[in-house]
Amino acid sequence: MLYSPQALHIPDGFLSIIISIICWVITVSTLGIAISRTNKSLGEKQVPLMGMMAAFIFAAQMINFPIAGGTSGHLLGGALAAITLGPWAGMLVMTAVIGVQGLLLQDGGLLVMGANILNMGLLTSSVGYGLYRSVLGKGQGMKLAVAGVAAWLSVMTGALATALQLWLSGTARLEIVVPAMLTVHALIGLGEALITVAALGFIFRTRPDLLDEESASAQGSRGWVLAGIAITLLVLLLSPFASSNPDGLERVASDLGFLQTGQASAYQILPDYTIPFLGSTPLSTILAGAAGLIVVGLIIALLGQGLKAKS
Amino acid sequence: MHFDAFDRYHHATSFIHRLDPRVKVVVTIAYILSNTLLPDGAWIAFGLALLFLLYANALSNLGMAFTFKRSFVALPFALVAVTVLFSIPGQPLTTFHFIMWDFTITDMGLLRFESILVRSWLSVQMAILLVATTRFPDLIHAFEHLRVPSILTTIIAFLYRYLFVLGDEVFRLLRAREARSAASPAAAAGTRSGGSVAWRARVAGHMAGQLFLRSYERSDRVYNAMLARGYTGHLNTMNPHELHRIDYISMASALIVILVLQVVGRL
Repeated sequence: MLYSPQALHIPDGFLSIIISIICWVITVSTLGIAISRTNKSLGEKQVPLMGMMAAFIFAAQMINFPIAGGTSGHLLGGALAAITLGPWAGMLVMTAVIGVQGLLLQDGGLLVMGANILNMGLLTSSVGYGLYRSVLGKGQGMKLAVAGVAAWLSVMTGALATALQLWLSGTARLEIVVPAMLTVHALIGLGEALITVAALGFIFRTRPDLLDEESASAQGSRGWVLAGIAITLLVLLLSPFASSNPDGLERVASDLGFLQTGQASAYQILPDYTIPFLGSTPLSTILAGAAGLIVVGLIIALLGQGLKAKS
Repeated sequence: MHFDAFDRYHHATSFIHRLDPRVKVVVTIAYILSNTLLPDGAWIAFGLALLFLLYANALSNLGMAFTFKRSFVALPFALVAVTVLFSIPGQPLTTFHFIMWDFTITDMGLLRFESILVRSWLSVQMAILLVATTRFPDLIHAFEHLRVPSILTTIIAFLYRYLFVLGDEVFRLLRAREARSAASPAAAAGTRSGGSVAWRARVAGHMAGQLFLRSYERSDRVYNAMLARGYTGHLNTMNPHELHRIDYISMASALIVILVLQVVGRL
């Protein structure tokens, strides 16, 4: 009741030491930039605000709504934090939340915390803010729709990154872990998108000054739009590719020296293994992925309109 | 909600409780690192690591089985590792048929699966012992000494301080929703209550938005109150931690034991 663990928190022991260290390096260098940016642009007032916002994200993760059959939707919060506080502050807030979950509640390990922060804090904030930044100056309905897509994509990005890290560590099979993680999180992401859109719509109505154009664009440069779109494209291209053509990705990884030689011959045991519900060529599945994104975007846009009209 | 509703600290007077938090953090991370580095199937080393853990448990006066009882939090995640059973080449142990595939479990796959579970199970117990024997503010302070940037530790200190306040807010919101969305008696038995999924999502979203505004406005008041009390941008502490000789000795001996574990695991 107090706290429900989520499927993206990797525990210790599930990632190899190399992957853990690589993730820590990425996380620490990104956080270094985030800290210097927030120190430069924000006064001392911002520290209590970010602390309170971290507590808010932690507490907001307790809010859930029943979907069907005992499952419930709830919030991860990365996109919401980045949209309301800006990308750098959002990253720091999410880092604090994930740090406390790992330290205090053992939800996510300590040695793999770098990976958890990267997946659920840095990537989600980048996608969330990057896409939202691209529609600044547009109408409110457009903003809400894009925020919903961004929230859904942030969860998918985190899920894909988690799956890839598990695979590179030799903990799971690529052609199972990627579709499994993405399928589950496509639903979880929908909950995330709906709550994010409704929460932002509520803030737009009651305290529009907190989401005004000026401060939102001052929080990050236009470069974030590129980062957000780049990550989006990477997710769109990589997830169908990883699902339909695992040998290709396997080859890239072994060329880069990630995989132990012992795993290179893994597919001799199950030579005929294919994912039946996905197409056979990478191109067709990439198109399918893009089509899926458009459908999700339309659904969220319609819902956003509906939510606005009713209230 | 009580202020320590989220706290995992268990008070006792023991050697481990008195150790400097920095020593505990360093040894815990070294222990988890060691588990990650041990090769698959190094059962003797894993056994010694378990003994080390049990010894630490015993020293903490919390009971030998203390961490064992709460050690299964990471178990659901083991589901993602199940696939390694079939993916590593080796001697086939058993084959079973599922829908349209034949799955063959190999001895190497089984070895890897078991090793991942044991690593995770041992590591999570040491982390449980760390937070059970160290007060959270001391833990944050230790991380500050270990060069974690102060802006992060300050955010975490605030998060910890206000989590139960916002937790109470969430419970009020949840109670208000339950009171107003007219759940039928059947709803209490687990079926859905209230309107469509979109309606329920909207209500949950409005709750999150409401919580956001309450938190935002509260942070203003908190900041003003802090200013009134002389806040200058960083938090001070009244109990500076000092490393004594016993801390150095314990840390050195623990690290030597962990090093020995690594050597044994590679013999």
